[in-house]
Amino acid sequence: MPETMTLIGGRSSRQGTSLCAGKLEAEYIEVSSTVEMNAEDMARLGLKDGDAVRLRSASGEVDVRCKGRTTKDLPSGLLFIAYGPLSSRLMASDTAGSGMPISKHIAVTVEPVSGQSQEGRTS
Amino acid sequence: MSNNIRIINDATCTFCGCVCDDMHLTVDLDTNKITKAENACVLGRAWFKEHGIDKDRPFALIEGRDASTEEAIEASAQILANARFPLIYGLSDTTCEAQRQAVAIADMIGANLDTTTSVCHGPSGMAFEGVGESTATLGEIRNRADLLVFWGGNPAESHPRLFTRYTVTAKGMYIPQGKKDRTVVLVDVRRSPSAAVADIFVQVKPQRDFEVLWALRALVKGRRVDPAIEQVTGVSLATLEDLAQRMKNCRFGALLFGMGLTMTRGRHFNSGALLALATDLNEFTHFVAKPVRGHGNVTGADNVVSWQTGFPFGVNLGRGYPRFNPGEFTSADLLGRGEADAALIIAADPAANFPQSAIEHLKRIPVIVLDPKTTHTSKLARVAFTTATYGISAPGTVYRMDDVAISLRVALPSPYPSDENVLTRIKERVRELLGGNRVPAMSAA
Repeated sequence: MPETMTLIGGRSSRQGTSLCAGKLEAEYIEVSSTVEMNAEDMARLGLKDGDAVRLRSASGEVDVRCKGRTTKDLPSGLLFIAYGPLSSRLMASDTAGSGMPISKHIAVTVEPVSGQSQEGRTS
Repeated sequence: MSNNIRIINDATCTFCGCVCDDMHLTVDLDTNKITKAENACVLGRAWFKEHGIDKDRPFALIEGRDASTEEAIEASAQILANARFPLIYGLSDTTCEAQRQAVAIADMIGANLDTTTSVCHGPSGMAFEGVGESTATLGEIRNRADLLVFWGGNPAESHPRLFTRYTVTAKGMYIPQGKKDRTVVLVDVRRSPSAAVADIFVQVKPQRDFEVLWALRALVKGRRVDPAIEQVTGVSLATLEDLAQRMKNCRFGALLFGMGLTMTRGRHFNSGALLALATDLNEFTHFVAKPVRGHGNVTGADNVVSWQTGFPFGVNLGRGYPRFNPGEFTSADLLGRGEADAALIIAADPAANFPQSAIEHLKRIPVIVLDPKTTHTSKLARVAFTTATYGISAPGTVYRMDDVAISLRVALPSPYPSDENVLTRIKERVRELLGGNRVPAMSAA
């Protein structure tokens, strides 16, 4: 059963260092295809580190790998992903007249992807 | 490493808005790579390591085929001269000299001119216009600030030397013991790695920054705040009262805020609330606020576009004079509505970080890209130039996030032209094609 959570995009050290090598290189693709999730939320969804999950917003959907974080670091219901082409797929184009799409607070449904991972798939 | 090396002292790192100008670089002249970057943070080391000279790259691609820079300039000038609603976008990772040429092209062809500020601290720029900015240089903050409040950002990962060179651990004239003489507060919706340096971590519920900032303004002014604020924001009244008192009682306070305020609900209202809080606090002590800027010369883009057009981003020159209207003339909106019929993208990658509808429109129109690397945008471009990396292979001027101008020192000469060179040549060719500005000068009558 998919659950609705809040996705926050942001920078990370590895995103920054791999960005210098190039956005089309393997490390950047891997870093920007990993979502951090509250470990208790992951357990409830039957997920473990490295499993594939599908994130679906009103604007699109992507499949990414998940990685657990403690409740102290990432509260239940919050997700964190390094900015990249995949997180952008979930952004809406409406900026409410500001020029700025919302990329730090995106409502997404989260569901495990059964079978083989399709990391990086978008639609 | 060969013995054929060259040392470049006091070079500048342009990866992020800290623009650290104390880099000591070791250059291997045989491999055309920077093998050591003394004083650089983890991001700076990667920046220098990964921007060696790759002479195998084509000077340009036109519709995917190798081309000379000259051929690409001609193709670009034809696209821009024939466009009815051209967009010029990017500019935050290039020099002020290149930015100036881009503005000149925009003026000549009546383009819509926007920078990556619109999807960065653009809302803060709008807030500056509304409520002003109580500001300082990073040097003043380093030398004087005994209270640092980082809000909605994670400098430990995005701007590591902001902590060590200018704020948290830096020793200053009136802060002789560095961290021991400062109180550090981090406000965020998650406990990011930056929390490790914070004396106080305040965890706010997502989308509730504005409410917390407004409650702090009330407390600073001695107004009563309902304890129910905790249910709304996740932050107890006692925590807010403690923070408000610390802010009023410090000698010199600094609010350093990130995109946790601008990229979430409230946007410019959030930035405006924080800027107003800093101004309020000046009734009691000295308090400043600074946005923490991401790209190496995004602050330069704000400055150049402002001094040339009067506005920092989201400027339309289609009527022959500048008009500023975020939401209408900002790139994500404009492309999302399918409005531009050509785009000149300088040192930015909107095809990787814009909403899908905007990317789809970029795929439909002729796009010209200037970038040292292959990017998602260069892959969809009709014309893609390989240009020299600013700060490593191209000289010029950049602005640090606190509006301090810094000159760049070349470490690795490049066979590829600078952005400034390419833009200047495009400008000259467009001028020839149009016979002057496309938009007629306004009548004196």
